[in-house]
Amino acid sequence: MKLVIINYGAGNIKSIQFAFKRLGVNAVLSNKPEEILAADKLIFPGVGEASTAMAMLKESGLEQLIPTLKQPVLGICLGMQLMCESTEEGNTKGLGIFKTHVKRFDNDVKVPQMGWNVIKDLKSDLFVGIKENEYMYLVHSYYAQHCKETIAKTDYGINYASALQHNNFYGVQFHPEKSSLAGAKILKNFLEL
Amino acid sequence: MLTKRIIPCLDIKNGRTVKGVNFVDLRDAGDPVELAKQYAEFGADELVFLDISATLEGRATTLDMVLRVAEQVNIPFTVGGGISSIADVDALLQCGADKVSINSSAVKRPELVNELSKKFGSQCVVVAIDAKQIDGQWKVHLAGGSIPTKMDLFEWAKEVEQRGAGEILFTSMDHDGTKNGFANKALAKLSLDLNIPIIASGGAGNIQHFIDTFQLGKADAALAASVFHFGEIPVLKLKEALKKNDIEVRL
Repeated sequence: MKLVIINYGAGNIKSIQFAFKRLGVNAVLSNKPEEILAADKLIFPGVGEASTAMAMLKESGLEQLIPTLKQPVLGICLGMQLMCESTEEGNTKGLGIFKTHVKRFDNDVKVPQMGWNVIKDLKSDLFVGIKENEYMYLVHSYYAQHCKETIAKTDYGINYASALQHNNFYGVQFHPEKSSLAGAKILKNFLEL
Repeated sequence: MLTKRIIPCLDIKNGRTVKGVNFVDLRDAGDPVELAKQYAEFGADELVFLDISATLEGRATTLDMVLRVAEQVNIPFTVGGGISSIADVDALLQCGADKVSINSSAVKRPELVNELSKKFGSQCVVVAIDAKQIDGQWKVHLAGGSIPTKMDLFEWAKEVEQRGAGEILFTSMDHDGTKNGFANKALAKLSLDLNIPIIASGGAGNIQHFIDTFQLGKADAALAASVFHFGEIPVLKLKEALKKNDIEVRL
């Protein structure tokens, strides 16, 4: 199993690496196209601000490469948001893999949403063995609107897409690497896709 | 629904926990990693490590500890204490910390909040505020509550929110260590004034205090140290009690 974390300078990559290490898998960091293309599975992380992250992707040429990938790719948090058509954060155009848009939470809820919330209406191999209303750890101010690619839903003021899937591309808004045993199970499922 | 969080806080000096910790079946009560794992297993939602090392060597050891916690613990954690620059935060995040908590350094140079949230995102910037009442006014204090300032708690909290803080950790010096309950009136006002999560700290003595701080204090999370360390209030038992009182928690 060759697992690569796409490294474009965004996010808490260490936690993801450690989460896979606990599953007995060594995740390699790379921004090299040849290494990314040769991987069996890829993680697309991201914490931080969308327009800055997108600029880093453009600079490294990864913006072109990622949508063409054929292996399973898992976007986490901002990674998932950047895989959408666009995000209101910094008025950023995304990679357009998921046909949906990312909006900011209204101020009738506290922003960021920070903490543990449930995921439901689960439909994907990613969630094998995960029960409905399982708790996941989330930290975000922007959310993906529902589309036909929605594979998990969460309520926070509104009901939004907390996970998306299009062919080999998966995205989760929550942090499986920080979501206790259930989160680890989702990462394990991804490895077994 | 987003749940209320229960956050044990560990004081760290030279990479070891200080203050007594009294758990059965713990091989090394001074090892923060052992403790953190135990808490994660018992249902803690997050952890806070407060670094009280005074020396550079002590701080370096803390970084190593952060790395070991990140390696072995599968819930989020915040590191606070002695953080005053982008480089400090970068080092901690690189080691796997999810959030950092800043306190005095933000009071001394408020622009630090802007710089950190711009560079790393609001989600990882917790501003800790220690305050106590002087003539009925909540005043911000520095250095663990020993140095008073003229700053008003609510004005300062609003300011750091506008500067990009993602969360406020409010410790009432009037309540801290008393085990008489949290400062719920001030907490409720903070929660109403601000639109970011508020962590209640200081005063936890029994389960009812936690129920009160969520119901009356409108807190999003509650932090405590000794009641958890000495097993006076097991985290799981606390969360079961909260649930019985219709407070949403992760169980």
